[in-house]
Amino acid sequence: MDNFAYLFAAYTAIFAAIFLYVMFIWNRQSRLDQELRALESKLAALTAASDDAPEPESEKSV
Amino acid sequence: MDKRLGNFLGAATLVLTAVSLWMVFAWVPTEAEQGIVQRIFYFHVPLAWVAFASFAIVAVAGIFYLWLGGQIWDDLGYAAAEIGMLFCTLMMVTGSLWAKPIWGTWWTWDSRLTTSFVLWLLYGGYLIMRAMLEESEQVARFAAVVGIVAALDVPVVIVSVRLWRTIHPAVLVTRQGGHGLEDPRMVVTLLVSITAFTLMFAWLLMTRLAVLRARTRSIELAKAIAMAEFRAGRA
Repeated sequence: MDNFAYLFAAYTAIFAAIFLYVMFIWNRQSRLDQELRALESKLAALTAASDDAPEPESEKSV
Repeated sequence: MDKRLGNFLGAATLVLTAVSLWMVFAWVPTEAEQGIVQRIFYFHVPLAWVAFASFAIVAVAGIFYLWLGGQIWDDLGYAAAEIGMLFCTLMMVTGSLWAKPIWGTWWTWDSRLTTSFVLWLLYGGYLIMRAMLEESEQVARFAAVVGIVAALDVPVVIVSVRLWRTIHPAVLVTRQGGHGLEDPRMVVTLLVSITAFTLMFAWLLMTRLAVLRARTRSIELAKAIAMAEFRAGRA
């Protein structure tokens, strides 16, 4: 079992780095999904407001 | 991204990686001269293969971006460069961990190591440039050119063990011809690991590309909202 520490370190480095990268991608993906949903609903509200002119004051702020 | 394809790639990657780990640690015989540390080779070579494939994709995406334009090519190049950099870094780390017990040193300015380090620096520069500069068509064009030029180092890394004197082992294609793997189980283990890492690469590339596409969509939506607000203000 000579040099087992080097073997262990190599495989640990590989899986730790890939795991962290996958976490980074998933984190970015979930943040962007939230951002996209918010932007899409804002755009839909703006488009509806401009289509239904004259619109009530309460709708404008949405 | 096609969610079903992504799920399939993710699941296949997990299964095949587990199989290759079992083969590396429980099935393949220990190499006579190097001992247990030779088992690093079964993941070191696939890491190198995926890194080189990534950088080749960066170059192809760069060519298509300069030729046809289109954000998808820029996003593809960016995603492939990032994943290539991850695997290139791991290739160098695992190589260094193998070199210490075998060569007695973590690093030496051998031709293959030096050309690999140059490749790492080139794509490191590419990613730093993309992170520092604000996204624009000009930056994307410049990044495409850098990506293409940097990829020219990939064939140099591959043939370096034949062109110059080196202490790096030429295992897959030896200088005498044929391969240097003494047992058929070693060849099978290597092939399974290469397949596992190729699937992992495809899955990571699809996932990262989906994130970049979502970012592009968010920029487009922000522009559309600004336009809609401008029109509402004028009405």
